Amino acid sequence: MSETKEIHIPLGPSPEKWDLLSKGIDPFGDQMILQMGPQHPATHGVLRLELKTDGEVVTKITPYIGYLHRCFEKVAESVTYPQVIPYTERMDYLAGMNMALSYVLAVEKLREIEVNDRVETLRVLVCELNRIASHCVAIGTFALDIGAWTPLLYLFQVREHILDLLEELSGARMLFNYIRIGGLAHDIPTGWIDKVREFCTYMDPKIPELNGLLSYNKIYIERLAHVGVMSQDVALQYGITGPNLRATGFDYDMRRDAPYSGYEKYDFQPQIGAGEQGTPGDCWDRYIVRVREMEESLKIIRQACDRMPEGDVKETIPKSLRKMPEGEVYVTTEAPRGELGIYLVSDGTDKPYRVKARSGAYCSVAAVPAISLGGLIADLVAIVASIDIVLGEVDR
Amino acid sequence: MIALEPYLDLIISVVYVVGIVLFLSLFALFATWLERKVAGHIQDRLGPMETGGWHGWLQPIADAIKLLIKEDIIPAAADKKLFKLAPYLVFIGSLAGFAVLPFAANLIGSDLNIGVYYVIAVTSLVVIGILMAGWASNNKWSMYGAMRSAAQMISYEIPVALSLLIPVMMAGTMSMVEIVDNQAGGFWNWYVFRTMPFSLIAFVIYFWASLAEVNRAPFDLPEAESELVAGYFTEYSGIRWAMFFLAEYGDMFVVSAIAATVFLGGWYAPFPFLDIIPGPIWFIGKTAFLVFVQMWLRWTLPRLRVDQLMYVCWKIFLPFSFANLLLVGLWVVLKG
Amino acid sequence: MTPEEICQKLQSAGIEVTYHDTKPDPFLLCTLQSYKQAALTLRDDPDLAFQSLMSLTGLEWPDYFEVASQLISYQKEHRVTIKVRCGKDDPSVPTLSDVWTIAEWHEREAYDLVGMTFAGHQDLRRILLPEDWEGHPLRKDYSPQERWHDISLTSEPPKTTHE
Repeated sequence: MSETKEIHIPLGPSPEKWDLLSKGIDPFGDQMILQMGPQHPATHGVLRLELKTDGEVVTKITPYIGYLHRCFEKVAESVTYPQVIPYTERMDYLAGMNMALSYVLAVEKLREIEVNDRVETLRVLVCELNRIASHCVAIGTFALDIGAWTPLLYLFQVREHILDLLEELSGARMLFNYIRIGGLAHDIPTGWIDKVREFCTYMDPKIPELNGLLSYNKIYIERLAHVGVMSQDVALQYGITGPNLRATGFDYDMRRDAPYSGYEKYDFQPQIGAGEQGTPGDCWDRYIVRVREMEESLKIIRQACDRMPEGDVKETIPKSLRKMPEGEVYVTTEAPRGELGIYLVSDGTDKPYRVKARSGAYCSVAAVPAISLGGLIADLVAIVASIDIVLGEVDR
Repeated sequence: MIALEPYLDLIISVVYVVGIVLFLSLFALFATWLERKVAGHIQDRLGPMETGGWHGWLQPIADAIKLLIKEDIIPAAADKKLFKLAPYLVFIGSLAGFAVLPFAANLIGSDLNIGVYYVIAVTSLVVIGILMAGWASNNKWSMYGAMRSAAQMISYEIPVALSLLIPVMMAGTMSMVEIVDNQAGGFWNWYVFRTMPFSLIAFVIYFWASLAEVNRAPFDLPEAESELVAGYFTEYSGIRWAMFFLAEYGDMFVVSAIAATVFLGGWYAPFPFLDIIPGPIWFIGKTAFLVFVQMWLRWTLPRLRVDQLMYVCWKIFLPFSFANLLLVGLWVVLKG
Repeated sequence: MTPEEICQKLQSAGIEVTYHDTKPDPFLLCTLQSYKQAALTLRDDPDLAFQSLMSLTGLEWPDYFEVASQLISYQKEHRVTIKVRCGKDDPSVPTLSDVWTIAEWHEREAYDLVGMTFAGHQDLRRILLPEDWEGHPLRKDYSPQERWHDISLTSEPPKTTHE
């Protein structure tokens, strides 16, 4: 028979608090400390928010991160340049292509590699596909946190199509390792472009369907409008980028304003929040910006399919990356959760000297206390869902 | 031979109670299966398909066995007595409602002359069990769930009671059997269609408010999974958790059955010539349809926030119910 | 504006800053004294208008520590990297958290992983690693501790039981 181990669980306040209590001072006042996470259904992984609550009203929020820290920056220093790519994709595992692109562009800039048009077009194509897949999860889990189950399943069907396409392309469904330094792992399979076109046709009616089911639902709007309003000032102070920045009405999209990988060749419209149902920069704006961004991504995908030039995708892959030029480079791209900046320092060896990944979600988490004080717990859940964080990217 | 005569009433009661518990369990099993199927088809998937062959019909049995043999965990810091007692109290609250449900003219636990009043009273008992569960778990999320539940149930009791008063006024009695008898002879005699539009409004208000009474979406705040983890039954597992579940489906049945009784003609068929089909089938059919609507709503709508929930109750349902009551009262007086 | 023009603009405002034309990305190097003033000027000068801090990184070099910050001005559509260096014996630089709020978190990360301190920072705690972690992993001489509470951190090959 195994001996059962006695587990002591500390009950009640800590000794210091007991001291105060015994003197007749209530250390908590009317407020309660509430730990939301790291195991909580609405924290999208392992975020911990320490809340101070007065009834259901949140009066103080302290975010704690790091539960999913996987030492990306440390690991990157001990592996060679191409070996870093799989690790980048594990940061934001919902948008692996976009993660890898940023790093690869940084190395290419350092090494002064110019890739050909086909590589650029294919990169744009897979990144936009991945962006739609990522937004599907973002919107689906958002709806789930508001209590609507069904949209999640509908959106996962769409995502399933994309993952199938990307699986056919790279052999993996989430962690692709397809984008390589100086090119791509291999060319697309025969008939793949037609399948992407089929997907576009399949996807077209899905967004109106989503709007009918969820976006303009009265309860949904009531829950989100005027909630968690992020002003442009706050957004800039916290370095918020991507859809969250655009939701505040700030018209900036890297793909249009600082194009990389040939984005200037595509015709699309960055979506900004206008406070249609409430205040600009509220949760509903952050939601609808993502929905409309999916439509724009679809436009880019169509154009990429149409203009797909001929070429060799391995043409410019360097034979050896043993000797890298010394120097440093900072490259950002528009990932689904804000700009992903890779700051790469090389000391001339075959391993990076320092890699820093600046992630959009990291800044979004930092801004949570600034935009959700004074709301209810239910509002906080909506806000955390609306800024769309992936803890893998926050903790790296 | 032992004289059974003096005990006959007792025996019948016991048989009836056992029958009801059995019925409730069977209904809950069926409802879990139906819930999954409804959810599945609404979400463009199939739901359970494997267990038992035909559309996974054995799935609820498998689930029940799983829950029975699961480890029963009681948190170290919980108030053990209350923790153990709470699920049964909740279950009793929901079971007690069955006593006055008229499955047919002569198939009723007890035809109380205050039937409607009794139902309103005993379904509130559930609140005590839920508060007990939330408090005893010694978990802040559970406590939030329990507090929300108490606030919600007490608030929504009022529109429920006011809406139920309308058929009571029209029938002039609180006895369930008599209320149903007054609706005999075709669907145009059902209270929901008489005194249009007042009774229809009363029915709609009753149905929505009853969703809040039984903590179903879009009013499932006490157990809001994404906010409060699972609310008051966060810490429960195994059979105790199953009791909460049983009670939830029991409650769903009770509130739908009351709606079917007082608004939708109880055991009577919509057309007199269909009365050859036995009453209990009509009664259960109507109830099951309302239960289906409850599920339909759950898988379609997002959840309200606490303040919005209270707003809907106190500022929309309540004034409408009062106005309704007044107008129906006037109608009854003028007519009668 | 190009980084070189930005540098001239800062110098004409009397701020001690040098332009380093490294490839591929150039940077501006401030001194410990001019760092804060440079940041404030970069943010507040209408011609520069760096509204947002994008990234802040701590680096360890053989002889000194360095903080590199990437700034962006959406209005003027330019970006720049500014740096500041400090000695190995006292790895402390002024904080930027009162210039751009997000610096608070980036600096906590630099403190956590590289072990630099930021003078004037209100809340300099570890952010990614546990409070009681020993050492700063991104230092070049870092070696991980053997145990953290009950968890062994040294990787042992799994024991094989079959013969």
